[in-house]
Amino acid sequence: MKYKMLTRLFMLLVSSLISTVTFAATPSATMLANSCAGCHGTNGSSVGPASPTIAGISVDYFIETMDAYKKDERPSTIMTRIARGYTDEEIKLMAEFFAKQPFVRQPQTFDTRLAKKGKKIHKKYCEKCHEDGGTSSEDDAGILAGQWEPYVRFSMEDFTSGTRTMEKKMKKKMKSLQKDHGDAGVDALIHYYSSFE
Amino acid sequence: MSNINRRHFLTLAGSTLAATALGFPMLSFGASKHVVIVGGGIGGATAAKYIRMADASIEVTIIEPNKTYYTCFLSNEVLGGGRDIKSIQFGYDGLKKRGINVIHDLVTAIEPDTRKVKISSGKTIRYDACIVSPGVSFNWDAIEGYDAKVAEKLPHAWKAGAQTALLHDQIRAMPDGGKVIIVAPPNPFRCPPGPYERASQIAWYLKNNKPKSKIIILDNKAKFSKMGLFTAGWERHYGYNTNNSMIEWISGSGGGKVTRIDAKNMTAVADVDFEGDVINVIPPQKAGKIAFVADLVDKKGWCPVNQGTFESTRHKDIYVVGDASVASPLPKSGYAASSEAKVCAAAIVAKFNGKDAPVPSYVNTCYSILTPDDAISVAMVYRMGDKGKIIKVEGSGGLTPTDATDVMRKREVTYAHSWFKNITHDTFG
Repeated sequence: MKYKMLTRLFMLLVSSLISTVTFAATPSATMLANSCAGCHGTNGSSVGPASPTIAGISVDYFIETMDAYKKDERPSTIMTRIARGYTDEEIKLMAEFFAKQPFVRQPQTFDTRLAKKGKKIHKKYCEKCHEDGGTSSEDDAGILAGQWEPYVRFSMEDFTSGTRTMEKKMKKKMKSLQKDHGDAGVDALIHYYSSFE
Repeated sequence: MSNINRRHFLTLAGSTLAATALGFPMLSFGASKHVVIVGGGIGGATAAKYIRMADASIEVTIIEPNKTYYTCFLSNEVLGGGRDIKSIQFGYDGLKKRGINVIHDLVTAIEPDTRKVKISSGKTIRYDACIVSPGVSFNWDAIEGYDAKVAEKLPHAWKAGAQTALLHDQIRAMPDGGKVIIVAPPNPFRCPPGPYERASQIAWYLKNNKPKSKIIILDNKAKFSKMGLFTAGWERHYGYNTNNSMIEWISGSGGGKVTRIDAKNMTAVADVDFEGDVINVIPPQKAGKIAFVADLVDKKGWCPVNQGTFESTRHKDIYVVGDASVASPLPKSGYAASSEAKVCAAAIVAKFNGKDAPVPSYVNTCYSILTPDDAISVAMVYRMGDKGKIIKVEGSGGLTPTDATDVMRKREVTYAHSWFKNITHDTFG
């Protein structure tokens, strides 16, 4: 009798295992986010030298970025192709996951003199939106401080060449930055962001 | 039926009792679950790390004969001269710091009934789940005259390390005006774009050091991975499709099917004989040896799995990830191995915690570097289809656009290097 019950229990267990292995639903945030780590680092903090850290960025900025990639409105190498693989719901889950992760910085090489100059430039033209020296993700600003240098440089190239669109406010600030300091000013800014550890 | 079930149940109950009574012979695990991982490559090491990240109460032991692992990916850049072989070498200290046990030994048997792994020192190790990530082994009898012994002189360099160094040395020692022959393998094989990236990297070295030299790829296939992008790249850099092309690709129907290697006369025999100063034979492949020993392979020599969990369809509680598993349309690539390992890790952790296997998601990203300023890529997102089979997410993925600018292809090199640093850190760090 006991044995029969055990058998039944065991059968039940097996059949419940088999019947529940169906895959129509949306994957979990962790499942989705883990597949980004091969390029963007474990939990979204990249160890470089170019792919950006995506940890700690705001939910809206993440969603906006993925949407732009999906629609091919932002230049990229592979992200356009990757972003199209996810539903809006999945992108939201990933956004929420990465927003909770700490932005872990790694030391980068930079020119101290240029970084100093960049700090002043940042304060004058960028701080209003990219608060706290570019460390903040408040108001859906991209985190600039300690972001990987080649990525920041590529982004600036795309902004200045016009292949990536800027918001009105940024466009205005960038124009006056360029007018006052030229490309050297942009370069100094990049050195400043690289100086964060 | 009920007899089998009863026996199975008793075996399960008995082995749990035995485990509690005897414990683990080398380390004490108490009541926690134990995952034994056979093979410390990308699949095995990633699974180990992600199991521990998800549930630190699970004990994880990697059994891997080598103390250092050389990544296959980016080993071609060593041949091109742009990368030191030390940069593709990784150890297991990072995983040990995460509390993962690493035993440097060879697994000689896996016993699914008693859930034990035997290692060559004679010890047996009990598992609750066993992940096998054995990579590939070679079909040494596929090409007459080419076996493990001959490979010590005519390297395959398809498992990175000493073989990579040997091929690199031979290319450097070759005279200007010499000929490099690459024998490409039939499908399926590890790293589908690899032979063609290799040709590109060797061409880069030759162009800069021995410009009169040639590379001949003898292929038994009619086409290959990223073919259009590779040939366009070869046109940009190596005179492809001109009389003075540094690279020549000969398809199977075009006479590229190699049947014999004559090592003594440095000749690859296809429809006609091809003499080379360096001959690199990448042999046909199958799952790593332990997969055969443990009865995990199908008739074709690869390991069928439940593609949502990577549990073997042949033996319960044994999982197979990486190149050895049947996971097509996922390619046999490093990124795919990492992605599979994470899905497998999540399934095992869920099972141990009494939960259903989570809904899987998979990604592959793969770069090929043609010159220090020019790289191409393929990327894809995958999900579980209705029939328990992995499918590509419609509309996602694909290749570097054929009209990508030089600037963007240069960025792909930077991102390829970034891919390398992050995936290896995500695996071993």
